[in-house]
Amino acid sequence: MGYVLSREAFAAVIADLSKNYRIFAPVRKEGAGRFTDVDAVIYDYVCDSEKIELEAKSDYASKEFLTPLSETLLYFTENEVKESDLDTRPVLVFGRSCDINSLKRLDQIYLDNGLAKDPFYKRRRDLVKYVLIGCGHSYDNCFCVSMESNKCDDGYVFSIDLVEDNIQSNVPDKDFDKYFAQHCNDKKDVAPRYVKENEVKVAVPDSVPLSVITDALWDEYTTRCINCGRCNYVCPTCTCYTMQDVFYSDNGKVGERRRVGASCMVDGYTDVAGGGQYRRKNGERMRFKVLHKISDFKKRFGYHMCVGCGRCDDICPEYISFSNIIGKVYQASKEVK
Amino acid sequence: MTNNNPYLPFASDILDVIKHTEKEYTFRMAFKGDVKPGQFFEVSIPKYGEAPISVSGIGDGYIDLTIRKVGRVTNEVFERYKGQSLLLRGPYGNGFDVDLYRNGEVVVVAGGTGVSPVRGVIQALSQMPDATDKYVIAGFKSPADMLFKDDLKEWEKKLKLTLTVDGAPEGYTGNIGLVTKFIEGLPLKNPAEAKAVVVGPPPMMKFTIIELKKKGFKDSNITVSHERKMCCGLGKCGHCRVNDTYICLDGPVFNYEFAKNFVD
Repeated sequence: MGYVLSREAFAAVIADLSKNYRIFAPVRKEGAGRFTDVDAVIYDYVCDSEKIELEAKSDYASKEFLTPLSETLLYFTENEVKESDLDTRPVLVFGRSCDINSLKRLDQIYLDNGLAKDPFYKRRRDLVKYVLIGCGHSYDNCFCVSMESNKCDDGYVFSIDLVEDNIQSNVPDKDFDKYFAQHCNDKKDVAPRYVKENEVKVAVPDSVPLSVITDALWDEYTTRCINCGRCNYVCPTCTCYTMQDVFYSDNGKVGERRRVGASCMVDGYTDVAGGGQYRRKNGERMRFKVLHKISDFKKRFGYHMCVGCGRCDDICPEYISFSNIIGKVYQASKEVK
Repeated sequence: MTNNNPYLPFASDILDVIKHTEKEYTFRMAFKGDVKPGQFFEVSIPKYGEAPISVSGIGDGYIDLTIRKVGRVTNEVFERYKGQSLLLRGPYGNGFDVDLYRNGEVVVVAGGTGVSPVRGVIQALSQMPDATDKYVIAGFKSPADMLFKDDLKEWEKKLKLTLTVDGAPEGYTGNIGLVTKFIEGLPLKNPAEAKAVVVGPPPMMKFTIIELKKKGFKDSNITVSHERKMCCGLGKCGHCRVNDTYICLDGPVFNYEFAKNFVD
């Protein structure tokens, strides 16, 4: 069941929701983009529906609530180690189909890789429900159809599609029906829009032979890639983190342990004590990242890590195309067979 | 959340500190629980960080951690003394299956601090009723860098120990040369069935395995232990991953038949 709402009615729904939920949604930051006079669409908390960016694809992924770039885990006082507190009010995160499909990948690592569930992830995960922003069309660099994450059949409490200045919402979660029923009488059977074809299409090889893993095709990226790591930070499925301890300069006895987002492209990712380092070349790092997304993760868990959102291509300052690399790996793998 | 939070370290008393070299000490830490040689603990020093350290010895109510002073965390560890405590998490990883080496010829090749994770294996070998077909090649940078000197003397009596150093001051009478130099001359009866354990810095492991294979060893009879950066030990932080393998969960000890496919 669903609703067709005016913008005013939608504003009233969001206003009501924000009494009970923190709303974490893509917002447009004017002039904050990579070039002069270019906006950035990033995630932030909002109370006002007008602030939510429903048209443009966000530059950063919705994972930032679950895995913040920097999160304090433990506080240290003289003889005590204390877990950090967390705001326990429930959260609604707005995301597209790629974002909601990425959740399964984040859960896979933080909850189901190894015997221990990550308690700091789980306590955030338990607070979150997802709102699906439908995609009326494909965006630059998207290849979600090839990665089979263009659609989500469940995993969201309601959807939003901005169609001709009206909001169409499908509301599969009964608990959320009341917010809509209060402000709208126009009950209709609506389904979230999704992309059926992208301009960018990729074929992913079933398996990548060892000769392709060590192929010279990666050398190109040793010179092209500047190992800035932006592709990792915008990726909805990158989960790596580094532990970081600090002590306060005004009281050295007190400090904290944080985890901060890590990038397998950036120096220091593999450093071991005594100066050892693995994958010094950027081409090797590119291979490590790409093959995780389209081969290694699948070997371990049975499905691809990459959801095809194309954000890595959107953000790359060297215009390196991830989908292009997948194509090269496919071609090289085919030639081996 | 406090219950069972795997990131919360526990305090462990420093029972003893054994000095091997200026930069390498063994910290004997109070610990009760199951541990295997080759497993590791995260030494967790508030405000400084965490470092994965292999278990170099296991005894009744204690574990040994042999630590080299090389970084922010380990520098701080060296500020702690007997009677104080350290915070630890673990044990993590799979560890060695010592029973694999009970029968038949066995060669352990270890370099530098690589001796720590296999010390438990060598001890088990030396305590076997007949250890005449168990060989150990231990290499260190120089005579001053030798670890576990007392152990080495004990092991020498029980099994076939080759002790070597990469270089030494004039007048040194022991072996000089890399561990790889001593593999060819091992008087093995049946290298095709003999088992090997190789632990050390990556280049040392690479060239040792080349020598072992020249000698006739099968890949599937070689066991290796890998070292990687690890921030969690729980399969979450991602730093130790190689291909689809998490060194912290699936390793650090691997059969070489499997580990030879690792591409870093």
